[in-house]
Parts: sequence; structure tokens; C-alpha cells
Amino acid sequence: MNLDFSQIVPYIPFILEGIWATLKFVSVSILMGFILGTLLSLCKITKTPLLKWLADAYTSIFRGTPLILQLMIIYYAVPQLTGYDISAFLSAVLAFGLNSAAYISEIIRGGILAVDKGQTEAAEALGVPYKPMMLNIILPQAFKNILPAMMNEFITLTKESALVSTIGYLDIMRRAQVVGSDLYRNFEPLLFAGLIYWVIVYILTSVGRLVERRLRQSD
Amino acid sequence: MIKANNITKVFGESTVLQQITTTIKQGEVVTIIGPSGSGKSTFLRCLNLLEDPTEGQIFLHDQEITLPKTNKLVIRKNIGMVFQHFHLFPHMTVLDNVSYAPQKVKGVSKQEAEKTAKQLLTKVGLTDKEDTYPNRLSGGQKQRVAIARALAMEPSIMLFDEPTSALDPEMVKEVLDVIKDLAQTGMTMVIVTHEMNFAKEVADRVLFLDNGRLVEEAEPTRFFEQPTSERARDFLDKVL
Ligand SMILES: Nc1ncnc2c1ncn2[C@@H]1O[C@H](COP(=O)(O)OP(=O)(O)OP(=O)(O)O)[C@@H](O)[C@H]1O
Ligand SMILES: [Mg+2]
Repeated sequence: MNLDFSQIVPYIPFILEGIWATLKFVSVSILMGFILGTLLSLCKITKTPLLKWLADAYTSIFRGTPLILQLMIIYYAVPQLTGYDISAFLSAVLAFGLNSAAYISEIIRGGILAVDKGQTEAAEALGVPYKPMMLNIILPQAFKNILPAMMNEFITLTKESALVSTIGYLDIMRRAQVVGSDLYRNFEPLLFAGLIYWVIVYILTSVGRLVERRLRQSD
Repeated sequence: MIKANNITKVFGESTVLQQITTTIKQGEVVTIIGPSGSGKSTFLRCLNLLEDPTEGQIFLHDQEITLPKTNKLVIRKNIGMVFQHFHLFPHMTVLDNVSYAPQKVKGVSKQEAEKTAKQLLTKVGLTDKEDTYPNRLSGGQKQRVAIARALAMEPSIMLFDEPTSALDPEMVKEVLDVIKDLAQTGMTMVIVTHEMNFAKEVADRVLFLDNGRLVEEAEPTRFFEQPTSERARDFLDKVL
């Protein structure tokens, strides 16, 4: 065994820049997933069969196929189909955003169903229309219920994000590979990348716990 | 005035209400009593269309509201409801709980709605709780906020579904007192209750439901002293 970490020292800033690249697209993705997921979850709980069917089909497709396939389709197939030369960043955001929307919509649906039915009845009895009822009364309570699950989704997405290295997006993973081929040594940069992922996930998990504890106190 | 005409409600296989007909006049206080599962809540919920009657009509101030084209939200603005388990909005302060609906539903300005809310909170004896969240209130206080919240819409009728059943005994009185005060002001009210003394004291008329039927309907002294039906006699023997 001969490990030599001194060689990757000059590359450390280059790899660390990947943190920003990774977090940037994961954050944008989860934001997109959250907005789209909220809309999907509302479709799932309506009484309109068509909307429900569409939302369920969407969820089934995005959860039933590999994320890397979705990413490849967006990155390679979209240009072929439309002639639009889509960037790696946009592909990554779209794939992860659309994919996480499917998961998040299930989380939010569960969160909405967990809100006491009495809340809907109280709002209805006061004559509050559907939209303000959802926006001001049901969703705020649902979002509070699902905060821990959302934190988990964010962590999962951060780990899965390494997939975007396959389309050349310069995230942490991709940068480690680049350094590896530069040095003809792969173990050290990959190990370093692993450390970075672990630290990020550790921080996110701690923040998640803190938020959860806060929430429990406020109940 | 609210009038129920031949109201029948069926849930799946079971008929929960059978052809109930009664009229609640302006300013009248009606209490509904009866055994558990007799359909009291269901009847109350039909009055503000939280449940759609399977058959029959409801008239509010002589206007039928059970027509398919009825806008339920418009009807409910006029009918306040207080639930057994309060159902306050837990993420809003007491003041927001009371002032929310007038702003959203009636387009009252925030300033105006809060002013009214404060007056109502004073009326139910909760002046100092404006900025408190519901989880910091006792059951009795919660229910008084819920009453203020319903009154904030300035309804012409108030429905109460066992407003004191979820309360510790020492808190029952404070809530009943608020309801009695309301009765004094001439508010039209329909109250489902297990508090027989209260029913006797506050009601102009008592409806006795059993097994989905309106078995007896009388003014309270008559009803409690000389119930005509066997079912009502049995029931009163058990609860009094
Ligand atoms: N949404 C529903 N679906 C099916 N059955 C229902 C529904 N709501 C009520 N029921 C049934 O209708 C019957 C009457 O219920 P309701 O709640 O009106 O009785 P209640 O007189 O208010 O009883 P309690 O004193 O226990 O509150 C019960 O048998 C109940 O199980
Ligand atoms: Mg009931």
C-alpha cells in the first residue's frame, strides 16, 4: 500500500470548489422539486380523477426508473430531439428537480393527510374558499409535519448528486476524477471527495436534528 | 330562521337520519339531545351543508340552500359553527384565529377585523390572550376563542356540537356562561349537548333524536318533566 496525499494538496482548492457546484444545483433542484411536488400533491388529493391520474402517473414514472437514466435522457436526448444544446447544469437541475418532485409530492401528500380533518372543517364552516384554506391553513401545518422528511430528501439528493459527474458537470465527484486522471492516482482524490460528502451530510443531518428538536419543543 | 324539511342522510348502508322536519325561528335557542350515535352531529352538519342531505331540503331565511347550484361558502358565512374539539388553527395566534376569516371571506380590512376580534375576545373574557398560541390555552379558553372566531363572521345562526364535552368539569361553566350570554342577545342557536341542566335552562325548545329519528320536540319543562315517548323517558332515566 502506498498512499501519498501530499500530491493532491495543490488540487485541494479545485476540488473544494466542487462543494459550491454541488450544493448550488442540489439547492435549485430541491426548490424546484418542492414547488412542483406541492402542486403534484395537491393534484393527488383533489376529487378530479384526471389530475389525480396524471400526478400518480408522473410519480410512478420518476420513481420507477433510474435517476441516471432520467439524467442521460435529458442531457443527451433533448438536444437530439430539439436541437437545443442543453447545459450540464440545466440538465442536472431538471433531472434532479423533476425526480425529487415525485418523492416530495408523496411526502407532502402524507403531510397534508396528517393534518387534522377538523382543520378543513373549521375553515369550511367559516366559509373560507379552497385556495386560501390550503395556502393559509392546511399547507403551513403540513410543511411543519414534513420538515424532517424534507431534510432527509435533501441529504439523499446531495449524495445522489454525484451522478451528475457522468455528464461532465464539475461537481465534487467529477473534480476528484479529473484530479485522479491528472495524477494517475485515483485513490487519494476519491477518498478526499468521500470525506467532503461525509462532512456535508454530517452537517445537514445535525441541522436536521436541531430543527426537529426545535419543532418538538414548540408543540 | 332555518328550516329542515324531511332530511334523510344515508352513509353507505346505514340510514343515519330519517325524515327530520323542524323549523328554528329567528332568535330561538334549540337544544338537541339524544343517545350517542343517534345522529345529532350529522343533523347539525346538514344544517350548514358540511354534510349533504341524501334527501330533503334545508331553507335558510326561506331560501332553499340544498339546491345543486347553491354556493355553500356563501351560506356558511351566515352560519357559525363551534365544534366539540375546538379546531382552532394551531399556527395562528388567538387574534389571528378570530380575525382571519372576516379578512379572507368578507374582505374586511386587517385593522377593522382585528378591532372586532379584540371586542369579541373581551366579550368572551380573553382580553389578555390575543398574542397567545392555542396550545398555551386551557380547553375552556380554546372553546371561548372558537366561539369568538365563529361570531367574528357575524352569522345569523350559531351551531354548537357538544361544546363542553371535551372539557374538564371545572371549565364547563365558563363556556356555558358565554353561550348563555349569547342566548340573551337574541342569537338564533342550535346546540347539541349532554348537559341536561343547561339544555333545560337555555332552550326555548328541545329536540330529542333517537336512532336517526326526531322522536320528540317540546319546550324544556314539558320535555324534562313529562316526556311523551318511551325512548325519551328511558334516556332521561339514564342521564338524569
Ligand atoms: N362520515 C360518516 N360515514 C359513515 N358513518 C357515519 C359518518 N358520520 C357519522 N356516521 C354514523 O352515523 C351515526 C350517527 O352519528 P353522529 O355523529 O351524528 O351521532 P351523534 O348523535 O352525534 O353521536 P355522539 O353523541 O356520539 O356525538 C353513527 O352511527 C355514526 O357512526
Ligand atoms: Mg356527535
